[in-house]
Amino acid sequence: MSKAELVLSIEDLTVSFDGFKAIDALNLYVDKGELRVIIGPNGAGKTTLLDLICGKTKASAGRIRFRDQEMTKLNEHEIVRCGIGRKFQTPSIYENLSVFKNLEVSYPSGRGVFGALAFRCTDEIRARVDEVAGEIGLREHLTMEAGLLSHGQKQWLEIGMLLMQDPELLMLDEPIAGMSVRERELTAELLERICRNRSMIVIEHDMEFVKRIAHKVTVMHQGKILAEGPMERVQADPKVIDVYLGH
Amino acid sequence: MNPAARWFSQRGLGSLALLALVILVVFPLTLDVFRLNLVGKYLTYGFVAIGLVMLWGYGGVLSLGQGVFFGLGGYCMAMFLKLEASDPESTKIQSTPGIPDFMDWNQLTALPVWWEPFRHLPFALFAVIAVPTLLAFVIGFAMFKRRVGGVYFAIITQAVALILSVLIIGQQGYTGGVNGITDLKTLLGWDIRTESARTILYFVNAVLLIGAIVLCRWVQDSKLGTLLLAMRDKEDRVRFSGYDVSMFKVFVFCLAAALSAVGGAMFALQVGFMSPSFVGIVPSIEMVIFAAVGGRMSLVGAVYGTLLVNFGKTYFSESFPELWLFLMAALFIGVVMAFPDGLAGLYERHVKPRLARRSAAARAAAASAPAGPAAAAGGGTSAKPAIGGQSA
Repeated sequence: MSKAELVLSIEDLTVSFDGFKAIDALNLYVDKGELRVIIGPNGAGKTTLLDLICGKTKASAGRIRFRDQEMTKLNEHEIVRCGIGRKFQTPSIYENLSVFKNLEVSYPSGRGVFGALAFRCTDEIRARVDEVAGEIGLREHLTMEAGLLSHGQKQWLEIGMLLMQDPELLMLDEPIAGMSVRERELTAELLERICRNRSMIVIEHDMEFVKRIAHKVTVMHQGKILAEGPMERVQADPKVIDVYLGH
Repeated sequence: MNPAARWFSQRGLGSLALLALVILVVFPLTLDVFRLNLVGKYLTYGFVAIGLVMLWGYGGVLSLGQGVFFGLGGYCMAMFLKLEASDPESTKIQSTPGIPDFMDWNQLTALPVWWEPFRHLPFALFAVIAVPTLLAFVIGFAMFKRRVGGVYFAIITQAVALILSVLIIGQQGYTGGVNGITDLKTLLGWDIRTESARTILYFVNAVLLIGAIVLCRWVQDSKLGTLLLAMRDKEDRVRFSGYDVSMFKVFVFCLAAALSAVGGAMFALQVGFMSPSFVGIVPSIEMVIFAAVGGRMSLVGAVYGTLLVNFGKTYFSESFPELWLFLMAALFIGVVMAFPDGLAGLYERHVKPRLARRSAAARAAAASAPAGPAAAAGGGTSAKPAIGGQSA
C-alpha cells in the first residue's frame, strides 16, 4: 500500500468554531483506488472533515492536497471541478425534475452561465445517463419524477449524479442510512463496482456494512484520529473499544 | 393529436398565442386610442412582471427594487427625447437656450457632460439596456458572491430603490427632480403624441413584450432554466455539482433588470414623461404584486396579472381613491395566502384538468366507435379515460 499513489493528503488540518476545535491537527492520506471508511462516535468531526475537504467549511489551519493541488483556498465549485464529489447525509436531489434531468444536469458540461444557455443534450450525454442509470438500477425510472422514488432509490440517484461527473474522489456521508437489508446489499455491491477506478471516503455507522466494504478504517474521536488500519485490527484496539465500540 | 399540434401544446405556445391574440388583435379592435394607450402603459409594467417571474419564480430571488431598473431604462430614453425637444429654437425664451427647461430653471448654464452622449439615439438605446444591467450586475455580484439572499436581498433592493429615488429628487438640476423629465415630443422628428404614433408605439410595445416572453421561454427551456429551478430547491447540491451558483443568480438578476428597462423605455415613449414616482419603493412592490397575482411561475400569467391589477387600480382609484391602497394590500395578502401560484395556478389546477378530461373523453368517444372490441370490454371504460387524461 505504501507504494501506491496518494490522491488525497491532509496535514495538520484544524478548524475551530469559537474556540472549539472540531478538527484538531488531523493527518489523513488516501491512496488511489482506496475505499476508506471513517467511523467514530457522534460529534467526532466526521461530517466536518468532509465539509472541509469539499470547501463547505473553511479550515483555520493546515493543508488539503488533492493530486498535488491545494484545496483549502478554492471555492466549492472549483473543488468539484478538480474531481471531488460529495454526497450529503440526507438525499439531496432535485425532487421536481425527472430522474433523467437529475442526471443530465449533473453532467460536467455547460457549467458556466452562457455554456448552460447553449447546452444541448447530445447522444454522448444520453448514453452516459443511460450507463449511469443502469449502474444505480434506475434505468426503468428515467422519466419518473425524482421526488416519487423510494428513499433508497433517492440515495442511489444522488450517487449516480456524482458518477455523472466521474470524480476521482467520491465522498459519501452515511449512504445506507434508512435503507432496507436488501438495499444495503445492493449499495455495497454498487460501491464495490464504482470504487474500481476511483478513491472513496465513506462515513458509516453500520459495522457489518463497514466490514463488508472498507479497505481501511479510520476511527475519529474529538476531532482527532484515534486509530487507523484494517477493520479487524481497529476493532481489537483497546482505545477504540473504550471510546466507541464498547458503548 | 398530430405532431405539430403536440409540439405546439408541449411548448405552451397555445397560451402565448392566445395572449398575442388578445393584445395584438382584441384590444386594438375594441378600445379607443386613449384606452389603448392606457393598456400600452400597463403592458410596459408587464416587462417588469415577466422579469420577476424569471428572477423570483424561477430563480427564487425576490427583488423589491425592480422599479430602479424600470426607472433607469425610462430615464435613459427620456433623456434622449428631452434633448431632442430642447433644441435652441423651441427653448429660445430660456436664459440658456438649447438645454432642457428644468436645467434652465435650476440656473444651469450648460448641458452636463454626461448628458451629451444622450443626444444620439443609438447611444440612448444602448444605455437603456446597459445602464440598468450594469447596475444589476454590480449589486448582484456584490450580494450573491457573499451569499446574501432571501429577505436580506429583498431589503437591500428596497434600499437601492429608496436611494435612487432620493438621489433623483435631490439632483433637481440634472434629473428634473420630483417632476421628472416631462414634455417629451418627438423621436427623430416623429411626433409621439399623435394618435397614430400612439397606436404604432402600442404595437411596438406589444411585439417587444411577446418577444421578451419568447426569450424567457427559451431561457427556461435551456439547461440554465433547469439549473435555476434546481438551485431554488437544492442550492447546495447545485454548488457541489460544480456550478458557481452566484453567477447564475447574477445572470437572472441582470436579465430581469434588462427586461424592466425595456419596459421603462417604452413607458417614456408612450406616456411622454418619466418621473421618480416609478423608481421608489411603492411602485417596486406594486410590480411584485402584478407578478404574484398573475402567477410567479407563469410568464403569460404575469402579463394577465399586470393587466388585471391595473384595470382594477384605474377603476377603483377613480371611484374610491382613498380605498385603493387598502384594496391592493388585501389583494396581495389574499393571493399569497389563498392562491400562491396566482391566476396561472388557478388555471392549472381547476380549468386545465377539466379541459383535459373533456378532450380525453371526446377522444375516447371518437376512438371507441371504430375500435369495437375495446369499447365492448366493459361499461366502465368510458369513465376510465378521464383518469388517463389527467395523468398524461
